[in-house]
Amino acid sequence: MNELQRRPIWRHPEFARGARDMVGVSLGIAAWGLVTGVAMAKSGLPMSLAVLMSLLVFAGSAQLAALPLILSGAPIWMVWAIALCVNLRFVIFSAQWRPYFAHLPRWKRMAHGYFTADLNYVVFMARFPEPRPSPEQAPYFWGGVAVNWTSWQLPTLVGLLLADAIPTEWGFGFAGILALLGLMYSLLSDRASWAAAVVAGAAAVAAAALPLKLNVVVAIAAAVAMGLLMDHVTPVVAKPVEDNT
Amino acid sequence: MSPWEAVLAIVGLAFITLGTRGFFLFPERELPMPGWLKQGLRYAPLAALAAVVAPEVVMTQGHLITTLKDARLYATLAATGYFFWRRGILGTIVTGTLVMVALRTGLGW
Repeated sequence: MNELQRRPIWRHPEFARGARDMVGVSLGIAAWGLVTGVAMAKSGLPMSLAVLMSLLVFAGSAQLAALPLILSGAPIWMVWAIALCVNLRFVIFSAQWRPYFAHLPRWKRMAHGYFTADLNYVVFMARFPEPRPSPEQAPYFWGGVAVNWTSWQLPTLVGLLLADAIPTEWGFGFAGILALLGLMYSLLSDRASWAAAVVAGAAAVAAAALPLKLNVVVAIAAAVAMGLLMDHVTPVVAKPVEDNT
Repeated sequence: MSPWEAVLAIVGLAFITLGTRGFFLFPERELPMPGWLKQGLRYAPLAALAAVVAPEVVMTQGHLITTLKDARLYATLAATGYFFWRRGILGTIVTGTLVMVALRTGLGW
């Protein structure tokens, strides 16, 4: 082992880079977390349960979807079913994570998986577009997770505690959507990706009446089909053959 | 729901987070997946973002908005303008949020 590998992971330069790359979007995450905290507090869920939910579940949209069901005394399987549907996109993401983490032992793979929120995914894939493991990936990943986790959990707790003092009617919770919007724009590279994004947005609006946020899954399927179609009709520029010797 | 049922529901939700985010990471061997699907899944993150964002901008309570006096439209336009001008995500968030808060508090949109 060389000097760089022996250091604790948070001293690795890539840890700082992963954290830095996440700071730009963390303002949006923080505003969104704050609003989620306020919403959980105002829903009437007891404070201790709300804190437990935020710390354990760590998935904002699933939490907000499951809350009214828990409070209305819906059967527990229904609470889990809605969270499963809202989280289906993560199943698709996990297939993309696999080549980077496949060499790790199972419990480590799952530990990585648990912390992979949407924004970690987008930022990491932009930094490491080639689906191959490399030693910088673990510190970069955990640097991003550290910023993302903190900038989500702390404002959520603040929102829970100070719910009545926070003027959510000002609309700053929209910052969370704007963070996703900015990330989406940063992924637009060629005509196929523009087409996929437009199709996904339109399909999500058209299918909004579907229950359990299944419109997001419909939209992903439609956009993947559109992207594949565009790949087929656009001539692919041959890439130079890599020499791995 | 009794408090203990709620705790059970919450613990179950945490396992759903783990199970969905780790779905393809759990098996020791890679699950076979056709090449075209792998290629197509490149578009999935972009699609997921667009699918979450679009309804939040143009819909209220499950219906398309019918008024132009909606602060979200102008916040999104301003954020979009900033992004394609400077390409910074932080500035995109700040610009859009300022427009949002200004229209909400100033004009009540």
